[in-house]
Amino acid sequence: MSLAQWSITVLWIGLTLYALLAGADFGGGFWDLFAGTSRGGRPQRELIEHSIGPIWEANHVWLIFVIVLLWTAFPTVFAAVMSTLYIPLTLAALGIIVRGAAFAFRKASDELGLQRLFGAAFALSSVLTPFFLGTVAGGIASGRVPLGLAAGDLLTSWWNPTSVLGGTLAVGTAAYLATTYLCADAVREGRHELAEAFRRRALVTGIVLGAVALGGIVVLHTDAPRLFDGLTHRALPLVIASAVAGVASLLLVLRRRYLLVRVTAALAVTTVLWGWALAQYPYLLPPAATAGVTIAAGAANPAVLSATLIALGVGAALLIPSLLWLFLLFQRRDRVPSTP
Amino acid sequence: MLPLNGYLMLTGCVSHRIAPAGTSPIDLLAAREQMAISLGWHIILACLGVGMPALTLFAEWRAVRTGEQAYRLLAHRWAKAMGVLFAVGAVSGTILSFEMGLLWPGMMSRYGQVIGLPFALEGIAFFIEAIFLGIYLYAWDRLPPRQHLLSGIPIVVAGVCSAFFVVTANAWMNQPRGFDLTNGTVTAVDPWAAMFNPATPPETIHMILAAFMVTGFVIASVYAVALLRGRRDRYHRLGFLIPFTAAAIITPVQIAAGDYAARFLATNQPTKLAAIEGVYHTGSHIPLTVTGIPVGDQLRYGLEIPDGLSLLVGYSPSTVILGLDRVPAPDRPPVGVVHLSFDVMVGIGFAFLLLGIWLGLSWWQRRDLPRSRWFLRAAGVTGIAACCALEAGWVTTEVGRQPWIVWGQMRTADAVNPAPGLVVGLVAVLAVYVVMTIGTVSVLRRMARSHRLVAATPDAGAGGDR
Ligand code: HDD
Ligand code: HEM
Ligand code: HEM
Repeated sequence: MSLAQWSITVLWIGLTLYALLAGADFGGGFWDLFAGTSRGGRPQRELIEHSIGPIWEANHVWLIFVIVLLWTAFPTVFAAVMSTLYIPLTLAALGIIVRGAAFAFRKASDELGLQRLFGAAFALSSVLTPFFLGTVAGGIASGRVPLGLAAGDLLTSWWNPTSVLGGTLAVGTAAYLATTYLCADAVREGRHELAEAFRRRALVTGIVLGAVALGGIVVLHTDAPRLFDGLTHRALPLVIASAVAGVASLLLVLRRRYLLVRVTAALAVTTVLWGWALAQYPYLLPPAATAGVTIAAGAANPAVLSATLIALGVGAALLIPSLLWLFLLFQRRDRVPSTP
Repeated sequence: MLPLNGYLMLTGCVSHRIAPAGTSPIDLLAAREQMAISLGWHIILACLGVGMPALTLFAEWRAVRTGEQAYRLLAHRWAKAMGVLFAVGAVSGTILSFEMGLLWPGMMSRYGQVIGLPFALEGIAFFIEAIFLGIYLYAWDRLPPRQHLLSGIPIVVAGVCSAFFVVTANAWMNQPRGFDLTNGTVTAVDPWAAMFNPATPPETIHMILAAFMVTGFVIASVYAVALLRGRRDRYHRLGFLIPFTAAAIITPVQIAAGDYAARFLATNQPTKLAAIEGVYHTGSHIPLTVTGIPVGDQLRYGLEIPDGLSLLVGYSPSTVILGLDRVPAPDRPPVGVVHLSFDVMVGIGFAFLLLGIWLGLSWWQRRDLPRSRWFLRAAGVTGIAACCALEAGWVTTEVGRQPWIVWGQMRTADAVNPAPGLVVGLVAVLAVYVVMTIGTVSVLRRMARSHRLVAATPDAGAGGDR
């Protein structure tokens, strides 16, 4: 593999981790929004807050990683994406701010009115942010972002059938991932009635998500023929794997095998993301009205790519053990009965 | 449109030059203000993120060593506030990385790869900081005391490293190095040379010291107000003395570092120094002008110290100082804003020095705080003053660099996103930041108030606030 290919691979790993980890966080906010009245929904909200709390900060870093790596390794593509998709990205950035701040504030405030206000801001931005990020993915995948500064249409580049599909899938995936985590957390805490509630939601979301994905095939066929072509040819094995993993996780939810569901649900998301990458390979910005940009053509200077990759490698050697310690500490915490 | 144009000229935004087709001057102004607001907001949180872990660890270390309740209580409360501040700091930083592309795609398209490495390293440092902060905050009674203390050290180290990395990127914007340009595209790149550019030492040293000063004075000012209100127990005294002493000790070092930064400008960015000091004409025997406003091409109504600047830069009145007349008019930064914000920073720096000396004398004589309530009143505003100095310093640096976004290489007007409607983005960002500011302040105040309630009930130990 070339340095440029290594770079995009590492970037895509970061994107996958962001989708899986932060995706579940966004989904937590989604269910917070639909948890009902402040009294009735309290146990659910507490569970959500409890599952998100400790590791939220760490999950969030993946997005920054993706952005920084994109501008370092593929600067012209970064500039094209950011300038053309200025509107949804600004909205997503604002959503991230509101979400993070509101979550921290809600945790720190002890008055019901304030908690409700911050809670609503947290929940709403948790739904809107993944939606806008999904529209960005749709705009790129359907070839609506040409090279150059704000060279694409500022509105239709992200408000089009593929983008709306992308946004909907992003929200749905986040919600679904969250239910699988929440079910397992609820069982571990011995809150079986909560686990059952989230199990029902997991089933409904899973079925809806599957239906949207199927319908999406029709949308892509007309709106993004190149992407459709890639998905049904080169990336077909991954698409099938995703469908299989999706069905398998529904069956596992039915049988209440929550820990295994995490694996299959994660697999379903991962295969979709890598399927997309494979479908538009070797393009970063796929051609449509204008010539696209390939990975090789968009790549930065090799000296930059190698320095960055080496730095990331050294960083990973520091990060992985620390991250493991963090996760171990929290898993252990849940097994020890909480000491007063 | 005249007032607007006047403002644009004042801030160096148009500097007699028409923005490229597609970007209206209003949108350019909006982009710059949006960047300034989000950076100005983030930098305060970032400073607290760099400085607070060190102070908290110090308090915890004293608690472990002496077993004294007051230290434990301080460590617990600072840690709790740190959790909120870190979360807000992290999201406000995230939006910055978006804005680099949303607002300045022209710069990122060409130079993103040159300054990418420090940001990638910064990302690693942030990640480590976040992980260990998670461990530190949530594992308080799941780890033995000594281990818990140790788990805080990576937070301090990573915080300082991240400040260093990100400021190297800013230093590069002042002293761009490490790349070859052929026909407007970057060809060869040496990312390490870009990172360790000549401006890196003065800027990073000055910035990291500023972070500790800001943290120290901000925390100390909270306790100074409590002391003024009569809460003079050991907890409040320590809460004041630890951060204040730390910041006061750093102050003289910071003044030396600032002097170093200014001297560096004299040789490397003379146009910026000329704007800072209002030197319009190259010459020797240049005075040092404190305050004053630019009228025509001279500073008026200021306090002039004859030969002052020449003496400061070259230790001799005949030292030649390069003036703004050395560069064509469109390449000159605006004098008014840069000069005044520099004076604000330096003024505050010396005021801190006097305050530190006051405390030092009183401690030396009678091992206690000065008796005068004026001392505590002054200490009560050091937090806000430190933040003002910080912002003023950044305005000096960033506006003093105008009209360049990359010194001598790319103009700000050529870097901005040509998309219309950046003003709308500015308004939205402004609204969110106002709400976020109110939220942060009110949550922290509530936290302080509930702590006070807990402290008022008898036998509330260190665990009482958790
Ligand atoms: C607590 C805050 C604080 C205090 C008390 C001072 N500074 Fe400062 N100064 C900053 C905080 C700051 C900063 C963190 O805001 C800047 C912006 C960029 C940088 O590296 O540091 C800065 C920039 C800055 C620059 C511009 C550097 C450049 O553009 O490359 C100069 C010349 C000085 N400072 C000089 C001084 C002097 C002579 C001081 C003596 C009292 C001083 N500063 C006190
Ligand atoms: C790595 C660090 C930094 C980078 C890469 C950076 C980058 C930029 C960019 C791209 C702009 C817009 C172009 C311009 O007007 O010059 C800008 C402007 C500005 N930045 Fe920085 N900046 C950094 C640090 C800071 C910090 C920490 C502050 C804190 C207050 C700051 C204050 C400002 C201000 C006040 C402006 C507006 C200048 C004006 O209105 O004329 N900068 N910066
Ligand atoms: C253009 C300039 C800047 C960008 C793009 C930027 C980016 C970021 C990002 C993405 C984060 C969040 C990381 C996380 O989730 O943990 C962050 C946080 C942080 N930034 Fe910035 N930053 C900039 C300027 C600065 C400056 C000048 C400093 C200097 C001290 C700084 C210090 C920090 C620190 C210490 C944090 C950790 C959060 C905290 O401790 O509060 N940043 N920044």
